[in-house]
This record gives sequence, structure tokens and C-alpha cells, in this order.
Amino acid sequence: MGTSDPTVRTTPAVDETGDESSQILQTRGLCKAFGGLTATDDVDFGLEKGELRCLIGPNGAGKSTFLNLVTGQLEPTAGKIYYDGHDITEMPSHERVGRGISMKFQVPSIYEGLSVAQNVRIPLQQVADGDEFESRIREILDRFDLLAERQTVASALSHGQQQRLEIGMAMALEPKLMLLDEPVAGLSVEETAEIAELLREIAEDDGVALVVIEHDIDFVESIADRVTVLDQGSIFREGSIEAVKADPEVKRIYLGEER
Amino acid sequence: MSLGSDSSGGLLAAVREPFEGPNTMGNTPAFWLGLTAAVTLLAAMPVLFGYYAAEIGAVFLAYALLGVSLCFIWGYCGILSFGQVAFFGVAGYAFGIVAINVPTLTGLTLGLLAAVAVSTAFAAALGYFMFYGGVRDVYVTILTLVVALVLYTFLGQTAGGEWAIGDARLGGFNGMSGVPDLGVGIGSVGLEIGIVGHYYVTLGALVVTYLGLRALVNSQFGYAMVATREDERRTEMFGYDTTFIKFVVFTIGGAIAGLSGVLFTAQNNYIDPSVFGITAAALPVVWASVGGRTSLIGTIGAALAIQFVDYQLALSGSEWALVLIGSLLVFVILVMPEGVAPRLHEYVVEYRASPDPTPAETPAPGEVHGGDD
Repeated sequence: MGTSDPTVRTTPAVDETGDESSQILQTRGLCKAFGGLTATDDVDFGLEKGELRCLIGPNGAGKSTFLNLVTGQLEPTAGKIYYDGHDITEMPSHERVGRGISMKFQVPSIYEGLSVAQNVRIPLQQVADGDEFESRIREILDRFDLLAERQTVASALSHGQQQRLEIGMAMALEPKLMLLDEPVAGLSVEETAEIAELLREIAEDDGVALVVIEHDIDFVESIADRVTVLDQGSIFREGSIEAVKADPEVKRIYLGEER
Repeated sequence: MSLGSDSSGGLLAAVREPFEGPNTMGNTPAFWLGLTAAVTLLAAMPVLFGYYAAEIGAVFLAYALLGVSLCFIWGYCGILSFGQVAFFGVAGYAFGIVAINVPTLTGLTLGLLAAVAVSTAFAAALGYFMFYGGVRDVYVTILTLVVALVLYTFLGQTAGGEWAIGDARLGGFNGMSGVPDLGVGIGSVGLEIGIVGHYYVTLGALVVTYLGLRALVNSQFGYAMVATREDERRTEMFGYDTTFIKFVVFTIGGAIAGLSGVLFTAQNNYIDPSVFGITAAALPVVWASVGGRTSLIGTIGAALAIQFVDYQLALSGSEWALVLIGSLLVFVILVMPEGVAPRLHEYVVEYRASPDPTPAETPAPGEVHGGDD
């Protein structure tokens, strides 16, 4: 395993890509079939360090399947996944997380029965020492505007607070790559703007590479420079948000309803 | 690491610190005072009520230890084992076999160690195949019950003379009798433990296990256990090897159940296959459900109380003990599904509700149960 693998090819994207060494995540010929259905079909994906990329596409395009392959929640039928130059295709989920891949699930996936502070401690204790817990928890909750809620049971938080808490928990791991599955689904306009601001900050200030699955095209436009369009399991288009939005084929498969 | 616990300084607080945290109820001086009172009361039982109380009480305390083993794995890691009695019984039989064959101090000591080792290894093997084989949730419950019932059937057919290991005859449904009392030592140096001594050994084992588990569930590993219970997939995505966590927790539970089985068998000088039966298998689940599966002290209190009532009913010749226990279980599950101790804890927190933003915590549920036998 390593960057010297001769089978590694540069990603055949629509427009220019960076050199391989700067890429945090690469997939090569990634496939996942569920019985007769090919949910991910020969995907060659590349993501630069610190990049914020949105993954869009119609329902059933294979976006969530793709994320689950990267986190190791699903095993690919074929193909390779490289993270930070290492082949992680066979690596169990929890080890991938240990290397800096963090995930935010579609439905706010927090520990509903535990307090906000306990929630943050669980990922935090993977990277911090015992005597720092208290101060680090405070720091994280302060950043994600949840300090007043630290003793609240997580199930009592509003939907927006739960989304923020989960992003805070994912950030507590000090990841290099964060995958987010519809982080603003069901949020109000104000809450959506807040999350957009947070994600831009995470990419720009913390240098974390982000892959965000999103349906809301305005939200996508507000955070991402580049987008990847998936359709029927394959990469359909990849490029700047303007270029993708202007592409008549993309309009046809995805933005059709907005015509 | 005591998030949310009050930090009144001093030596006492420093001693309490590793045993406290949001994963356990009872993080106040009042709780520890109540617990000390309850333990003192239990320790005074043989003095107050004599030899006979020690003989019966030791059995209840061994049951409480069995209950704690389930509370730990079910309440804190979400593994509902219906077969804790399998480890309890296997250790009991293992101790009996060694102790009958080598009834010297060395033999008895080895018997205790071997029995706990056997039940631990058994739990580790079963846990390994279950958790690494992807068995989860209700299937773990079914599989563990089946293991206990298979042992019940197997040991039930060991009546023949060919079912003997050395001098120890397994004895089928008649059971294995003549199991010696506990003893600890090497050669002629050591201690044979009589009935009152056995009571104190069992009480000591229960107290030490309780404190040990409190420290464990409030440690980093404890947080990982609780996280696994709450949402396994999520926890895996925070970098925890949840399969390994469940395996370790299940194995520790098997070891504790095994210790309780040895204490039970050595006290009764006897064990039979009914310890693996469905009634026996259900009891730990009843104790933990009634007392509160997320409360170690609640489960201990419930085990002591329920077994005491059961014993009193049996003494008075009543056939209604099991019906009563069953009804109690149904009542508690309907009225307070989380169990008695967590509900009491809630009341206490509400009662103490103060302007202080850190949550006020509980006095002892142990106070409620302490005087039960």
C-alpha cells in the first residue's frame, strides 16, 4: 500500500486536478453492487487537502453509498480507496476514523440519552488526554454555540442544535477529512446559513477537507467552489458550480424540476 | 474525568473521584454515607441475627453479584444476556469438581481460581463467536438462553456413574453434593472459611466488584461502553472498535457471574442443573429490570429484596413466590420501565433542584434497599 502503487491513475475529471500528493482522498474504479443494482459504478474521485466539495445528484444516484464506502461502513465490490496516499480499501471503519476520517450522518446521529458534554467527550477521548477533557469540551461547545446546553440531554436539543452538536463531535476527532450527509436537511433558512458559515470556516481555518452531500442547490452554491454530480452510480460531471449549473445535461437529470 | 460531579475539595472528594461520573447515579456525599450505612448494616447481620442469617444472607449476596454481572453488560453496554447463569453454573460445577477431588487449602484455592478462569474463558469463547460473527441485539439474548438450556439438558443426563471426574460425581438432576466450603491458602498455611466467614467473603466480593465496576464505567472505557450501547454504528464512526468492546465487556460479565457461582456453590455445598434452568436464567433479568439496569446499586438492592421476599414466601409454604416475582416484573415494566433506582434518582434530582447549574445528584437507592434482609 502506498502512493507508489502503479495502478494509481490521475482522476479523469472534467477540468484540471491537482497532483496526486496533494490529494487527501482518491478512489479508483470504485464499484458497489447490491444484487443486480449497481449503486456505485466505476467511480474515480479525487479530493484536495482542505477542499470543500459538494456531491449532488438525483435520488438513488449513489451519493450515500459512496460516503459509506469511504467510511468503511460498506465494502466495495471492486476498486480501491486511497486516503492520504495509503490504500484503506480493506481497513475497518474504526481504524479509518483513527487516521482522521470523520463522518456526519444524514439523520442527526448523536447519543440522545446522554448530555451534550458527554456526547462531545466520546469522540474527544480518542484524541485528548484525561486532564484536558473539561477544557476541550468547553472549547468545542463554545465554538458550536452549545455551551449553555452542556448539561442538557441531547434529545432535548432543537434539530439545528443537534446538527451543530454532531458537527462539533465530528470535529472533536480533529479530522483531516470530514464527510457530511445532508447537514442542512430540515433546517430553517437561518440555521442553514449558520451551518454554511461553520462549514466554510472548518475548510478554510481548520484546513479540513470536506465532502458534503446536499440537495439544496442554493446551499451548495453558498459553500462549494467545485461540485461532483453523480448519476446512476457514476460521476456524471465535475467542475465549478457555475459550469455545472449551466450544463444542460445536468439540468436535465438533476435540476430538471427547476426548469 | 468527573464531568458534572460536584468538586467540593478535600481528601474525601479525591477518594470518591474515580468512582463518580455521569455514568453512575449517586455522586454525592449523601449517597456514600447511605452506602456505608447499608454495608455496615449488612455486615452486622450475622452479629444481629446469628449464624443462620449468615448462611441465608451469603446466598442472597451471591445472587446480587450475579445480578451485577448482568447489570454491567446489559445496562452499560446494551448486551442482554439471558444466560448469565451459564457462567454462574459452569463455575459452580468447576469449583465443585476441583474441590471434591483436592479438598485441601491449596486445592480449594486452585478450585476458586480455576472455576473463575473456566467461566471467563467460556464467556470469552462464546462472546468471540457471537460478536465477531455479527450476532447482535435480540439474537444474543436468544443464543445465551439456549446455551444455558443446553447445559441444563446436558448436566441433567449425567446421573450415571460414568459421569464422574475423579471423586466428583456430576449426579444428573440430583446434582453434585459434598462440595467443600471455601478455603484460601497454600499447603497448611491459610484459612478455611466457615459459614460466617463465607458471608463476609461474599459481602466483600460484592462491595469490591461494585466499586470496581463503578470506577470502570466512569473511565474512558466506560464512556466507550455507554456509547456502544447508545448507538453502535455511530460509535464505530468515532473510531471505537465496538466489536472488541462488547467482547471485553461480555467476558468481564462472565468472570463476575463465575465468581458468584463459586460463592453460591461453596455456600450450599451443592449444585444441580436447575441453576441453568429457565427460571434461574430469568432471575438476573428480573433483578436488573426491577432495580434498574443502568443502576448497579439498584440491581443489587432488587436482587437482595426479591430473593429475601422469595425466601420468606417459600418459608411460609407459599407456592406464590414465582407468581409474585412475575407480577412485580410486569408492574415495574409498565409503571417505570427504566426501573426503581433510576426513577428514585429522578425524584431526588427534582427534589433537590437548585439554582446551581451542575445537576444535584442522588442519595443512595441503597438506603431504600439496605435494610431488606
